[in-house]
Amino acid sequence: MRCAPACDPNAVQEAAKLLAAAQNPVIVADRAARTPNGVRLLVQLAELLQARVIDQQGRMNFPKTHYLSAPPAAVNNADVIIGLELSDYWATVNSYLDNGENGGIGVNGTRIKPGTKLISISSVDVITKSNYQDFQRFQTIDVSMPGDAEATLPSLIEAVKSEIQNDRKAAIEKRGEAARKGHEAAEARTRQAAALAWDASPISTARLCMEIYAAIKDLDWSLVASEGNVSNWPNRLWPIEKHHQWIGRSGGYGVGYGAPASVGAALANRDIGGRFSVSIQSDGDLMYAPGVLWTAAKHKIPLLSVMHNNRGYHQELMHVQRLSSFRNRVASIGNDLGPIGTSIMNPDIEYHKLAESMGWWAKGPIKDPAQLGPALKQAVEVVKDGQPALLNVWTQPR
Amino acid sequence: MRRHGVLVTLAAVAAGVIISHGAALAASAEKGRAAFVKFGCWQCHGYEGQGSVATSGGKVLAPDPLPWEGFSAFVRTSTTAMPPYTEKVLSNDDLADIYAYLQSIPKPKDYKTIPLLNTK
Repeated sequence: MRCAPACDPNAVQEAAKLLAAAQNPVIVADRAARTPNGVRLLVQLAELLQARVIDQQGRMNFPKTHYLSAPPAAVNNADVIIGLELSDYWATVNSYLDNGENGGIGVNGTRIKPGTKLISISSVDVITKSNYQDFQRFQTIDVSMPGDAEATLPSLIEAVKSEIQNDRKAAIEKRGEAARKGHEAAEARTRQAAALAWDASPISTARLCMEIYAAIKDLDWSLVASEGNVSNWPNRLWPIEKHHQWIGRSGGYGVGYGAPASVGAALANRDIGGRFSVSIQSDGDLMYAPGVLWTAAKHKIPLLSVMHNNRGYHQELMHVQRLSSFRNRVASIGNDLGPIGTSIMNPDIEYHKLAESMGWWAKGPIKDPAQLGPALKQAVEVVKDGQPALLNVWTQPR
Repeated sequence: MRRHGVLVTLAAVAAGVIISHGAALAASAEKGRAAFVKFGCWQCHGYEGQGSVATSGGKVLAPDPLPWEGFSAFVRTSTTAMPPYTEKVLSNDDLADIYAYLQSIPKPKDYKTIPLLNTK
């Protein structure tokens, strides 16, 4: 049995008072739910308050199909925000614009209303190892509680129950009704946004994700990595409801994390009874530790790895162009090379051959969206037989 | 993909910027697609101008791009994460071609007609 430290009861009561009295409380969760019980507790707290929940996806914290599931912009109108195990509280409530202003530093802005009360539960505060422990940009918090979020949720739920006054109950219920309507409308907007470039080649990231989902939806699936930025489509379109259906992110920027993380998670899924593992594997990420492909083949780790091969990092483009603009230069050096240092083209890497050379079943490059579904069917059968399979799919950049 | 040339009137006077390019010029969607790739527009906005929540705040360039005046003024004077592209970096002709390309991109289907987008 594992034991995690819960927060101070007095601080929990103070946080509960703020949440119970709030007009528009918002919960933000990052690496909060360590177990399926963490998800259940977070749902309980959210429904008690009828508070919208922003899942930053450091873990699978909250069901994406729940009407209280909200996008990051939900902090904008909050009067009380509680952050659960946030890796970066500052960036949750502030914005940074790298636009070259302020002598090249850029512009900081706030995302929240003045006077918004901020509450934090973070186990990072417990792991003190030096005088200065609060890394990154500092965010002042009104109620800062060192401790484990999942371990603290039961006492916080009880405290909130005791703090909700009878005259607040109607307003809380009304808040829930508004959230329900907003969620339905947002879902329709999201699906219409996914229809953009649906038949495009290279394949759109929305199409990639929904073709994958259609191929695995009837299995007991687990998304074991989604690195390289597919516009967050799995979390926006897939009905991720169970804790094991999304293993979370690296905890940092984590380039090169996806491939080894997915093989490790696929090993665990194999050994607990054959849960189906799928990863959305980006091309740049696979360049860091491709040797893990051999490990997966050697140890017969079943994993469906579908590549988001956008043939580039595409990350620093604006910064490269900004610096080039200072000198009135075009960052692109022509042909298909793209702006300097941002593309992985010419020669195009044949990841399917790389995977084949290390013992995987592999196919590609797939550029036509109509060919993706049939290829996925083949690959799923290979994985169900206990082998790793990779599809090299050429995709839109994001 | 539908591509066609369009006549783009350049009379941009917006945000204090005047793009003097004569009364009008014939812009080419085909050349615009090539310029869209060359200048790296696609890396944030996608080859079809579809945008992304990750790189363009969910804003789409196409279909139905901004009116030319607003579009050209934004490209020239942006103070957002996208740097301004001066005429020395991106010529008026290239910019007009890019706009023509964006105008040529057809509207998406209604998601309700796409079975995969209705999968539960």
